[in-house]
This record gives sequence, structure tokens and C-alpha cells, in this order.
Amino acid sequence: MHTKEEVFALLSEIPDPEIPVISIVELGVIREILIEGTHIEVFITPTYSGCPAMKQMEDDVRKKLSENGFNEIKSTIIYSPAWTTDWLSEEAKLKLQNYGIAPPEETTSDKSFLTNSKKNITCPRCKNKNTVMISQFGSTACKALYQCKECLEAFDYFKCI
Amino acid sequence: MKDSLYNYTLRLGDTSLILAQRLSEWTGHGPFLEEDLALTNIALDIFGRAKGLLEYAAKKEGKGRTEDDLAFFRSDREFFNLLITEQPNGDYAKTMIRQSIIDCFDLLFYTELAKSKDLTLAGIASKSVKEITYHKRHSFSWVVRFGNGTEESFSRLQKGLNEIWAYSGELFEMNEDDHNLIKEGIAVDLDSLKQKWELEIKELFEKANLVIPETLFMQQGSRKALHSEYLGYILAEMQSIPRMHPNAKW
Repeated sequence: MHTKEEVFALLSEIPDPEIPVISIVELGVIREILIEGTHIEVFITPTYSGCPAMKQMEDDVRKKLSENGFNEIKSTIIYSPAWTTDWLSEEAKLKLQNYGIAPPEETTSDKSFLTNSKKNITCPRCKNKNTVMISQFGSTACKALYQCKECLEAFDYFKCI
Repeated sequence: MKDSLYNYTLRLGDTSLILAQRLSEWTGHGPFLEEDLALTNIALDIFGRAKGLLEYAAKKEGKGRTEDDLAFFRSDREFFNLLITEQPNGDYAKTMIRQSIIDCFDLLFYTELAKSKDLTLAGIASKSVKEITYHKRHSFSWVVRFGNGTEESFSRLQKGLNEIWAYSGELFEMNEDDHNLIKEGIAVDLDSLKQKWELEIKELFEKANLVIPETLFMQQGSRKALHSEYLGYILAEMQSIPRMHPNAKW
């Protein structure tokens, strides 16, 4: 039988449906796993309330688990504690950057994101700080749209929440 | 008690659902690409909140209905969304002034609801607070920009406010469900939010040079599922596919 750690390792093989360079475990949305015999319950939290990738993630989790011998699979969506970008590991942030998405540069505890007085975001391509926000709402709910004034590329910034 | 929690959650879910449906009408019609994306994202957040709330309402009702049943198979006299959410979008200035009034209220409201003794409501609320923080910053910045832009942008903003203001009073209306749940530590006492909301909204209006219109009365009705003429059309559009193909799966 699988241990909780082994199941986490299994789920680490599932890429985020929208940002395939990080896994759903690295994203921090898998909150808890309960195993009783062949019965397993996975608790998933959405990054944003309306995240359209949730259904895909649930389906991927079920598929992965049923391929690995679990028959009774339950997935439960939980809202509390609310997902935060603080749960992204340093490794995951580096992967985001290499993929062309600027990772969140603050932690939510410094609250500067609330007052919008944030420092300039670093361009993931040329690493310049001379960047400007084009829109607080980017290609997905979790990202804002920025442009680098040096290399002129537009890029996504993973919003800090 | 149980009925009050169902009624309360349903009302919050309906308000989110109809607002999101209204805002999503802008998808593909935004004034420019980034704004189109922004408002679509905001609508999506609010749809997500509606799903969580209606799912919980369905569970509390305990009659085997799902959130989809509640959204797609009720008629207008069974919807309890605030009247302000069903008002037409008008131009972008009107949509933004309506949104600023709602965002200002919602941030105060959901911040308090996050302390509810009902852990499901508290969870959904704590999630929403983070999102509404972004929504409010967005709508407030547009109101200030329109208010200080050109004569045209200002006059459209003021016109939008004139049309929507009479629907703002209903935000603070309470009935026996509220009172039952406030006693239990579940619901938010709306009286306690009013002063803060008025302060913030007046400060915003000053920055945008807006004058609050004189109204003889505030519109009411949604607590009794009495709606303006607009809700029926929204539901007709939103519900047509599920009602045409009630058991469709995809």
C-alpha cells in the first residue's frame, strides 16, 4: 500500500494544466491526503475561486491514482486556508522564471501588494528591472501583464496573493 | 436556523452569479484588449465565488440539488440577487461606477464574513478577500481616471452614478435571516459596515469630482425575489442551453 509521502510523490508527476513546468504539488494546491486501505481522499484548494483549471486538476489526480491501484478516490475542494503564493517553493519560482513567467517577488506578509507600492518586477528574459505594469489582470487569473522597457518583451507576472 | 443559512447563502450566491454573468457580457467587447482580459478575469473570480456559495446552499437545502440546478433551473421569482447586479452595464464608465460601489461593499463584507463561525462561509470569504482587493483597486482607479479625464468621460461617469445610485441602499438591507444568523455569529451585521462604506465611497467620489445624486427613495425588492425588468432576460440567456438539453454532459 502507498504511504502519504508516496502519493505526494505520485502527484508531483502531474503538471499544472496551465503552467506545465511546475507540478500541482509545487504549486501548493494539494493540501492533504487521507488514506484508508484502498480508499483515498485528496484535498485540493483553488489558486483563484474561479480557476478554470480546477476540474482538469481533479481529473488528472483521479487518473493518476486509479492507475496506481486506488479504487475509491474522493477529491474535496477546500477554501481555507486560502491559497497563497507564499506556498510556491524557491525551486518552483526558479522554474517559472526560466519558463518566462516572472515569479512573485514579495511575500504576502509585507502587504505592499495591497497598497500597490511594489518594487519593479524583474524581466524574466533579460533580468532588467526597468519594467512597467500593463494590466493587473493577465492571461490567467493568477497573473498580471508587464512589459520590459529594455528588451520590450511583454511578460506574465505571477501575482502575489 | 437551517433555513436561514440556506436563504443567506443562496442570496450571496445569487448576487455573485448575476454580477458575474452581467460582467461577462463585456467579454470580447472591452474597450481594449487588456481591459477585456481584466474584466473577464474579474467575472471569473466572481463566478468561482458563486459556485462555492451555491454548492454550499444546495448542501444546506438538503434536497439533492446541485449548484448547477440552482443556477439553471430556477425562475426570476426564486432569485435573491441584489438589484444593482442585474442593472444593464451601460458604457464602461457606468460598469466601473457600479463595480466600485459593489467592490467597496464586498471588501468590507467578505473581510467580516471571513470571521464567521460557519467555517465554509469563512473559507469562501477569506479566499474572496484576496481577489476583491484586486477588483477594488481596478474599479477605483477607473473611476478616478474617468472623473479626471475629459468632459465626456466625466459626464458619462456622473450619468452612470445617477442611474445606479438608487440601487446602493439595498446593499445594507437585512431581514430575519440576517438577524437569526447574526445571533449565531454566522452572518455579518450590515449596519456595522455602512459608515465605513460611506466614508470610502465619498472619498472616491471626491477624487473623481462626482456629486451623489439626490434620490427620493432607494430601490428594494430582491430580499423578496422581486426584480427589475432586466433579470428575466439575463436568466433567459444564461439558462437557455441547460434548459434545452437538461441532461447534457460534457
